[in-house]
Amino acid sequence: MRTVDVRDVRQAVGDLLRHSAHSLPEDYLEAMRTAGRQERSPTGQEVIELLLENAAYAEAETIPTCQDTGMAILFVEVGQDVHFSGGEIHAALQDATRDAYADLRKSVVSDPLLRVNSGDNTPALIHWEIVGGDGLRISTLQKGFGAELMSRVQMFPPAIGEEGLQQFVIDTVEMAGPNACPPLIVGVGIGGSLDTVGVAAKKALLRPLGTASPEAHVAELESKLLDALNGLGIGPQGLGGVVTALAVHVELLATHIAALPIAVNLNCSAPRRATLEL
Amino acid sequence: MARTVQAPLDEATVKSLRAGERVVMTGTIYAARDAAHKRLVAAMERGEVLPLPLAGQVIYYVGPAPAKQGAVIGPAGPTTSGRMDPYTLPLLERGVAGLIGKGSRSEEVKQALVQHGAVYFGAVGGASALLARQIRSSRLLAYPDLLSEAIRELEVEEFPLFVLNDCHGGDAYQAAREAYRSSP
Repeated sequence: MRTVDVRDVRQAVGDLLRHSAHSLPEDYLEAMRTAGRQERSPTGQEVIELLLENAAYAEAETIPTCQDTGMAILFVEVGQDVHFSGGEIHAALQDATRDAYADLRKSVVSDPLLRVNSGDNTPALIHWEIVGGDGLRISTLQKGFGAELMSRVQMFPPAIGEEGLQQFVIDTVEMAGPNACPPLIVGVGIGGSLDTVGVAAKKALLRPLGTASPEAHVAELESKLLDALNGLGIGPQGLGGVVTALAVHVELLATHIAALPIAVNLNCSAPRRATLEL
Repeated sequence: MARTVQAPLDEATVKSLRAGERVVMTGTIYAARDAAHKRLVAAMERGEVLPLPLAGQVIYYVGPAPAKQGAVIGPAGPTTSGRMDPYTLPLLERGVAGLIGKGSRSEEVKQALVQHGAVYFGAVGGASALLARQIRSSRLLAYPDLLSEAIRELEVEEFPLFVLNDCHGGDAYQAAREAYRSSP
């Protein structure tokens, strides 16, 4: 058994969120540089260059890349042999979020109907997973909601088939158009149930760009979808072009014989994503 | 070199702008997004005096991030404009001449732009740190309890924009998408 002090977790996660707000992942920057070479629209090329310049400037000045510094979404993998000391781990993660957002935008309302700002960007949304061993791994997404708002979930019957699912993904991106700030990263969850399919789609956004699914049939679906999306003409910022998405990541879940659920979670062209291990 | 337009906008400028054109804007504009729009429209319905002028003015859909010490404003890129569609017609009826945001507008808003002679501009979403550099001053004008959603008066200098929907029915998004579409 390993003891982890939750105050150390609070410090590390707070630092990670603060850093991630102004520093975009290298795999994303590399994908954008490649996209800039593939884009045929001159305006699209300029938009990609501008977004790369913005990323470099934000990093150098330690200011957020985007004013929507998002809602903090945490994926926590806890080894079953970890023992937390010094307080409650859930509270420590909320404290870390509050700490980090002191200088970031407060974009959370506590009550969705009354719409009163919580004032400190809490609560963070936390997904827990108990795994073997004594490790602790925390991944963060600071999700902008321009893209979240254009995301969709649907409970289909199995007869919809793979082609029907592909059409659903294409329609989602088509309807999102310029709103979700393309070039997009498209996370797709297939299978599971109403609750888990959305989490799978979101988890798909954690996968670094440039890594295909290890399963051949899934990798093929990802590649087919990417080609179809980039044929829509939407382009960077919707100003026309052949780069509408940088990647499509598909995650599968076992499901019931009666259903073929799908969720499409869009990420804008500012993926605030980070991971730490303690 | 993109042409410079002065905010507030005069009628001749509005009429001369064409969808797809690139401009830089200099002058005074007003930051307002979801919650501020809801309050403004409610105040108009009650016949109250509004905290900002409307005739000829430009509204920027933005909720800036907090400013770093010594900075005028924090990162300040556009938010998705479509969410403001339900509140936009009464503003255009009162003479608002320019809207800045990102993303598609409803048919009603596009028609109202033609009817009332107004322009919808797009700023590059996510280029927020760079866009903030073109904002020379920021003054809190109304609704401070809304935090980032409060109404602010901004002085901008050479703020880079695309004309997305003009007052003649031109639609830059639609034209651009058709030009590069290869999927059925």
